[in-house]
This record gives sequence, C-alpha cells and structure tokens, in this order.
Amino acid sequence: MTTTAPETVDTGTLEAVFDAAVAADERIEPRDWMPDAYRATLVRQIAQHAHSEIIGMQPEANWITRAPSLRRKAILMAKVQDEAGHGLYLYSAAETLGVSREELLDKLHAGRQRYSSIFNYPTLTWADVGAIGWLVDGAAITNQVPLCRCSYGPYARAMVRVCKEESFHQRQGYELLLALSRGTPEQHAMAQDAVDRWWWPSLMMFGPPDGESPHSAQSMAWRIKRHSNDELRRRFVDICVPQAESLGLTLPDPDLRWNEETGHYDFGAIDWDEFNEVLRGNGPCNEQRLARRREAHEEGAWVRDAAAAYAARHAAAPPHRPAHDTTEHGTTDHPEATA
Amino acid sequence: MVLSHRLAEWAGRAPVLEEEVALTNIALDLLGQARTLLSLAGDEDELAYLREERAFRNVQLVEQPNGDFAHTIARQLYFSAYQHLLHSRLAEGDGPFAPLAAKAVKEIAYHLDHAEHWTLRLGDGTAESHGRMRRALDGLWRYTGELFQPVEGLEAVDWPALRAAWTERIGETLRKATLELPTGPQTGAWTAGAGRQGIHTEPFGRMLAEMQHLHRSHPGASW
Repeated sequence: MTTTAPETVDTGTLEAVFDAAVAADERIEPRDWMPDAYRATLVRQIAQHAHSEIIGMQPEANWITRAPSLRRKAILMAKVQDEAGHGLYLYSAAETLGVSREELLDKLHAGRQRYSSIFNYPTLTWADVGAIGWLVDGAAITNQVPLCRCSYGPYARAMVRVCKEESFHQRQGYELLLALSRGTPEQHAMAQDAVDRWWWPSLMMFGPPDGESPHSAQSMAWRIKRHSNDELRRRFVDICVPQAESLGLTLPDPDLRWNEETGHYDFGAIDWDEFNEVLRGNGPCNEQRLARRREAHEEGAWVRDAAAAYAARHAAAPPHRPAHDTTEHGTTDHPEATA
Repeated sequence: MVLSHRLAEWAGRAPVLEEEVALTNIALDLLGQARTLLSLAGDEDELAYLREERAFRNVQLVEQPNGDFAHTIARQLYFSAYQHLLHSRLAEGDGPFAPLAAKAVKEIAYHLDHAEHWTLRLGDGTAESHGRMRRALDGLWRYTGELFQPVEGLEAVDWPALRAAWTERIGETLRKATLELPTGPQTGAWTAGAGRQGIHTEPFGRMLAEMQHLHRSHPGASW
C-alpha cells in the first residue's frame, strides 16, 4: 500500500482501502493508515516477540561460563549475541508503530507485557542448550517463517533476517544434541533428559488450541497470522519426530504415532493447566527472569544517564568550541576501527 | 581467553541492549584469538580446561572481576590499548606471530575504540559516572605494570617504548574524558610479572572452577 490518505477522507473509505490492500497481499507500511486495533495488535505481538529475545538470552547465558569446550562456548556466545540483535530489530519494527523502546521495556519490567512462556523453564544441564536450539528455536522458526509474509512490512522484513539466523541456531542445537547422543552413556542420558523436559513446553509455544485462541481469527483476517496455532503445532511435530529418530532420542509422549489417514502424527494431550500457570507467572523461573531483567536495567541507569548527558553536552556545543572538544567529535564517529 | 570469559559474564546484564551486542562481540573476538594461540601450543581444550590455576600465564589484569560497568570499561581500556600497541608491533615484525597479530589488530582497534568512547561518556557524563570511572581506573592501575614485563619469546619487543606509547595513549584519552592518569604504583611486590609466573589473584580460581567443572566431570568425552 503506497498512498497516505488525506485527512478529509472518512474512516469508512480508509478502512476499505486498508482491507483491499491486505486482501491483495500488499504490505502495510508505517505511514499508511491502519485501524487502531491492527496497530495495537501489532505493537502487542512485536513487543512480546522482542521481549522474548531479550529474556531468552538468560537461560542460555546461564551456560556460557560453563560451556564444555571453547568451540561450543564460541557458538553459544554468538547465539546470545544474535538474540540481542534480534531484540534490536524487533524494537525498531515496533517503533515504526509509534511506541518507544523505553516504553515497551518499562511495560515488560512492570509485568504488563509478556514474553514467551518457554523462557520460564530452567536450563539445568548443558544438554538443555542443545534442546533449546533444536526444539525451542525449531518451534520459533515454524511460527516465524509465515511471519515473513505478514501484512505489516517492517515486521515481515525483520522476520526475514531473524529466521535466517534462527535456522542456523537450530541446526547448531541439533548438532550439539547429536554429539551428546553419540557420546558417553552419561552424555546420552543428559541429552535424553533435556529433550524429556523441553518437549511439552516447546509444543506450548504455539499457543492455546484453536478453539481458545482469542486473537487468532482477527490476526488471520489481517494476515498478520497465516496459519492457526494447531496447524503450526502439528507441522512442528511432523518435523521433529524423524529428527528425534535420527538423533537416537525419544520424545516423551506414549500417544505419539503415525496416522495413515491424516498423513500426520497424532500426539498426546498438552497440559494446558501448566501452560496457564506459567502464563500467570507461576512457572519455575518467571520471577527470576523478570528480576534479572529489572536489575540489569536499574543497575545500568547511571550508564544510560551518563551517555545521555555526554551526548547532550556535545550536541549542544556552540560553534566556537575549543579545539580539544572538536577532536572528541572526530573520534566519536571514528572509522579506523571498523576498517 | 580469561578476559573473554569475564566479558561473557555480562550477557543478559548489560546496561543497554547495544552493549549486550558489543560486549559479547568483543568477548567472541578475544576467544577467537585465544583459540588460535592455544591451538599453536597444543590442544585448545586441554589447555583451557585441564590446567590448574598455577599453570595459567595470563596477566592479573584480565582476571579481575567485572565490577560495575565503569570497572569493566577501565579494564578494557587498559588492556585494549596495550594489546593494540603490542599487536601492531608484532604485526610489523617477521616473527611467528606476525600474521596472527595482523589479523587480531583489526579486531583490537575496534575494542579500543569502544573502550575509549565509553571512557569519554562516563568520564565526561554525570558526576556519578565520572566518580565511578575514576575509582575504576585507580583500582585497576596497580595491575598495569605487569603488562610491560618482558615476555619470553617476544624478545623483539621494546617494552619500555611500549610502556611510553601506552601511557601517552591512555593519558590522552583520560584528558579528553576530563579524567587524570592515576598516580599510584603500577606494580606492587606481588604483582610484578606475577600472572606470567602463575601467581594469580583469589577470584581467578573461582572463575576457573566454574569454567572447567563440566569438562572435568566427563573425562575424555567430546562435545
């Protein structure tokens, strides 16, 4: 959609133009008119997505200092760095909708915006790092690949970049588990235990069943979402079962079996009580994750204040600054380093 | 490797999101440099995970705990300026480290740039950040003398000249940041070259315990 509607056009017409653009699979861009509810839905979803990247650094960072080889340590550090980068893209995408990163972070810290429930589970062994890569990133990719075609342009473009890196992480997670699975009996047991603990929470990442998903119908009509929760969940299970087999690991579901008729795997019932408890803040790590995030933010306040004071002082510099101050500006955008 | 480990401890705790990226980025560069050097000496994991504290040869500066952000920046400023000068010199020579140093010096220039900019912002920021930066610089100053102790195998390096160039660069940055070069001693009786002889500070053993425990719990396993 390329035209910015003049103010004289009534809302009905604007809505008709918007609906037609969405129906024609055109991208909505920041300066286009959009319904308030569409804007609010996107802010909620993109913010939650950004918050998930930031909080999601914690369970993995928990193992950086204990990674068992330098190669694995480098991979894990690069991954956690990517996640911070994804958070940055996503906050930028949210900012095109007229909110600020600060405002969104404040809401996260106040518990008024959510992040993915999966990150409220603890990483108890090294194998959890692999299970997160394989299952959690795998579920995230299944959810996010369709978002690359989402109707809101900035979000769709952020997803293209995010998905490329995520699929790399997912392969690394799989490879980590494979090394453990083929390693010593202790390592194999460690891998199996991690998969046992992360399987069901990963399935919960697709959200409530279709019948109980309050935002789904509208999001699908707006082409923010392309597939239903249950559809994506089923697609994920279909992908994971053969992968688990080639890993030499089992999935903790006695009801899991191939269904000739549907051409999909049938799987057991998800414990939605647990899901709701975690969403309500009663998961194993909810308190710890948020407390850490608040603590980092509060302890960093003096650093952000210093940067702001420095920037203000130097931006406000009058034309006749003494020579040494202009050199400082010279160094600020200084280039040799990145060459 | 040791400094990389310390920087990685910041993951998820940095004051702004951009610093999550920057600190991990520097940590990764340093880990890459360490892996190259360790691989030259033997098996990188054996050297990293199976040596005891007394066998580690790192300078004491890099093992110092992170402290607050100013402390981390001061440690990085001191070390990156040193590393930049040393690697520039090694890159010019024809020793075995010249090609490695030439590659590393590009990364280190970025680390130094990052540390110098934060030194300016913190030094010339608010009264609180100025005070914190000054205390950090003073507190770590005593570990800087060791940087200029001659190192076996690097006979071509003119250490007094390196120290003079380092002092000038740090002095210049601190002046721009409205700070001053600390005046205390750069070494004590126990710090002069101690890290290079395997004499470390107390927090280092705990750092190694955390770093090595998983690897040591599974002897002979591959990861």
